[in-house]
Amino acid sequence: MTQASSDIIDQLVGIAPGSALDAIRARRPRARANAERTYRELFAPQAAEGLPLRERLAVAAFVARLHRSEPAAAHYAGLLVEETQDSALAAAVAAAAASDAAHGPYGHFPSLELRSEDRDGPTWAPDAEQAAALGPRLMAAFIHAHLVVFHPRGAGRDALRALLAAGFSTTEIVTLSQAIAFLSFQIRVVQGLRLLAG
Amino acid sequence: MTDMLVAHPGIKSSPVFTQDEIEWVPWLEPLTPSELTPAHWAGLVDEARSKSDYFMLLVRDPGVLEARTLTDKDIFYNPDGGLPRAERELAALAVSRFNGCIFCASVHARFASTYSKRRDEIQRLLGEGVGADIGERWNAIVAASVALTTTPSAFSSEHVRQLRDARLDDLAIADVIQSAAFFNWANRLMLSLGEPDAA
Repeated sequence: MTQASSDIIDQLVGIAPGSALDAIRARRPRARANAERTYRELFAPQAAEGLPLRERLAVAAFVARLHRSEPAAAHYAGLLVEETQDSALAAAVAAAAASDAAHGPYGHFPSLELRSEDRDGPTWAPDAEQAAALGPRLMAAFIHAHLVVFHPRGAGRDALRALLAAGFSTTEIVTLSQAIAFLSFQIRVVQGLRLLAG
Repeated sequence: MTDMLVAHPGIKSSPVFTQDEIEWVPWLEPLTPSELTPAHWAGLVDEARSKSDYFMLLVRDPGVLEARTLTDKDIFYNPDGGLPRAERELAALAVSRFNGCIFCASVHARFASTYSKRRDEIQRLLGEGVGADIGERWNAIVAASVALTTTPSAFSSEHVRQLRDARLDDLAIADVIQSAAFFNWANRLMLSLGEPDAA
């Protein structure tokens, strides 16, 4: 029996070695290898210079749940528990996402010409219990993650100001932004390829 | 000491979708060339990217930037079959138009126009939005890209069927998926870390 792939996208889609989808992914080999590498740079245990791994994984679990993508949500929730052994945190992350009913992308445009395309939508805020469980840094990171996931055109200087005020450095904000944006890519590749598999 | 935002007092706003060349300015401090270590240069991939504020900001996490860049290049530039370049750019443009990234849309509208030679239809997509009728095959690519872009995703087997009806093989459909997915990555960085400048 051939070994299952260790590539995370292959695992989440359910791509068997030698299958038609395996052959298709193999036609874009550097995209495949570097999507995997990005995942490891962001979320593997040895990755965390700068933004702490605990925060990366909590944000990942939150973002995956916001996408309503069960395989990804289960995967990142599992990594979070494995790394932190903190089931209260894992529960807070799941609760934070469960209370959300957003459907994106929404937001406003800067000009009159595009006014007809403006759409309103919710901003995420934690309840008191979630705020206590998450702490101020993760709370700020989750507010930012929800914004960037659901209405990135609503993300402005004030959003970054809030992260700086919560104690994130510029470099940590870059890593946080890459984590949220990468997951927005990875989860869509998984969702798309699952449907292509039929 | 807390890091600061970067001020850009002289910028000219770019409030509509356009194929014109516009700039992008960061809200956070990029690295300067003198600060770059060998790991940073590797992360930039192309030396010329040290002239770009966008890449010099992202290079603060060089391993992630390098992997991002190599993923991007293979999705968009790999010439081995699948979706023609013009249509990979069309998918990128549709996502950017739908997410509202004026800067990304300007760059990829120009590429889509250049490679397809169908500038007027690209301009209609910019002007009318993702519901513009630009022909059966292009409509299917745009619709699939837009469906994948909603959060949660609305991409369905119906979109796959429409792409197959438009004569895309499975590699081409995978290219639509990857191109559209990648621009969900790119738009979020560009929209949340800076803004366009039409100066």
